[in-house]
Amino acid sequence: MNFTNLFKIAFRALINNKMRAFLTMLGIIIGVASVITMIAIGQGSKVSIQKQISEMGSNIIMIHPGGDMRGGMRRDPSEMQTLKLTDYQALRDECVFVSAISPNVTSSGQLIAGNNNYPSSFTGVGIDYLKIRQLTVESGEMFTEADIQSSAKVCVIGKTIVDNLFPDGGDPIGKVIRFNKVPFRVIGVLKSKGYNSMGMDQDDIVLAPYSTVMKRLLAVQHLQGIFASALTEGMTDNATDEISTILRRTHKLTADEEDDFTIRSQQELSNMLNTTTDMLTMLLACIAGISLIVGGIGIMNIMYVSVTERTREIGLRMSVGARGIDILSQFLIESILISITGGLIGVMLGCGASIAVKFIANWPIYIQPWSIILSFGVCTFTGVFFGWYPAKKAAALDPIDAIRYE
Amino acid sequence: MKSKVIELIDIKRNFIVGDETVHALRGISFSIEEGEFVTIMGSSGSGKSTLLNTLGCLDTPTSGEYLLDGVAVKSMSKPQRARLRNKKIGFVFQNYNLLPKTTAIENVELPLMYNPEVGAAERRQRAIDALIAVGLGDRLEHKSNQMSGGQMQRVAIARALVNNPSVILADEATGNLDTRTSFEILVLFQQLHSEGRTIIFVTHNPEIALYSSRNIRLRDGHVVEDKVNPNVLSAAKALAELPKTDDD
Repeated sequence: MNFTNLFKIAFRALINNKMRAFLTMLGIIIGVASVITMIAIGQGSKVSIQKQISEMGSNIIMIHPGGDMRGGMRRDPSEMQTLKLTDYQALRDECVFVSAISPNVTSSGQLIAGNNNYPSSFTGVGIDYLKIRQLTVESGEMFTEADIQSSAKVCVIGKTIVDNLFPDGGDPIGKVIRFNKVPFRVIGVLKSKGYNSMGMDQDDIVLAPYSTVMKRLLAVQHLQGIFASALTEGMTDNATDEISTILRRTHKLTADEEDDFTIRSQQELSNMLNTTTDMLTMLLACIAGISLIVGGIGIMNIMYVSVTERTREIGLRMSVGARGIDILSQFLIESILISITGGLIGVMLGCGASIAVKFIANWPIYIQPWSIILSFGVCTFTGVFFGWYPAKKAAALDPIDAIRYE
Repeated sequence: MKSKVIELIDIKRNFIVGDETVHALRGISFSIEEGEFVTIMGSSGSGKSTLLNTLGCLDTPTSGEYLLDGVAVKSMSKPQRARLRNKKIGFVFQNYNLLPKTTAIENVELPLMYNPEVGAAERRQRAIDALIAVGLGDRLEHKSNQMSGGQMQRVAIARALVNNPSVILADEATGNLDTRTSFEILVLFQQLHSEGRTIIFVTHNPEIALYSSRNIRLRDGHVVEDKVNPNVLSAAKALAELPKTDDD
């Protein structure tokens, strides 16, 4: 049978019933549009979280002292004093999978400059810290190795600190701020990074040489943590293994002893968040998918009614020479046309709705090409699947009965 | 000697309704030659509908053989019979059976839509020719719901003509029309007959038989009468003699 003719026949039949065709399409339109929009919203939040994580440094590795049993009592890891400067030096000198490494000690207290004050914390770090955290100095400069050697009382401050301590807009470089009665000279201001995905202000930060914080502020010999950066995100696992091996050696742990430190990488966090957002996307897609199925049932329903309503027409077509296969094809083409047209409109509507959500609600949106292909494929399949049974019924009609059907 | 368009040899058709077997046709044999205008008459239950279905290749006989243009129909599959209907038979129904919301041309084109050998341009031209032949040359683009009963039946006749069939099967083709329009349609059939078409007209109206060249009468599944009409009346003349009324 000539396919073009069948296509024309089906197309004319649809044109003759515009309203009915449109209403049937509506189910598919809404289904496809919601699949695309929901996935765009879900993936949008995933992408935005991923971006924020990589802004924090996606290949970051954090080493903290581990909780330990001392005399049968499990101790808080932060009380442990197992991480020493020598561990840092050993890691710095020996690690091959690590591109940057910095000790980390923190002291909290009140910052005072003139008659302004602000509660914050001093973070003692090495020079590599900027690289690890992907921070940049906007004005002034970072402290140097010499400052670390001499435990110099200098600091680099974030935007939030500048705003709170120097509210009148003066240049903070060269000014002195006091922290727990110790005066520090501001030598640099960090470029603003804003809030991260967990709602933490990344500009509420004061960086000073770790030696200064350890000796002059805390008077301690241990580190609260060591931050490192793997060469690439993919080498994070190699780097953690390497760090673990070195630390076990320097801590003189025997094979049957547990680690007295914990190594966490940003990748774990990122994986966790990805799982969550993927689940959210799946959930949204499922809901939308259900509406697509409902749309498909709508097609089946209408095609069914249509077959009954057009029994005489089918009988006539058969009597003028349409074979069963011609009738089957006609009804199948009709339902596929409905679902494909509905699908196309749905894709446009879905993309439009996604963009509207982006501009109106200001949500991050990421339209996935695969979601368009998927939903379009599903709706074509729906057309065939749900159109098949009514079409089969139409084709099986006896022309003698059909032509005289009242 | 003209060729036989239709040849029925001892056609029987039984239906099984519940436990009973209904014998609709009990052995019918006749043949129809090219260019005949045959009326098949009979009261309801006489088997004329079953005979029409058989002649139209919509149904196959239980036994016997039916040759349409020399082709044996009984052994054919459903799709093959559909092909055969498409090429050799033109149907005209009592209730016209036009596609709704569809123009006259598109309705007439329908049989050719199922014939892959006819292209779009030829299809349209043949539809126009057929509509002109039935006197509707000025209503090509009218939709089926914008036409009177007589006009709709003319469209249906044009549809039956368009595939240039071996035989036109009319099933009570004037049954839904008033007297005047009925005669107009009869005039058209006589005109087609004079052009050499083979026409089989199934009806229960004995009057129609006066205008055909041959009359077959059925009763209880048998042919009870089969005679050539020696004195074919002119439908055109009868139409002219009809009293004029304001309704017309």
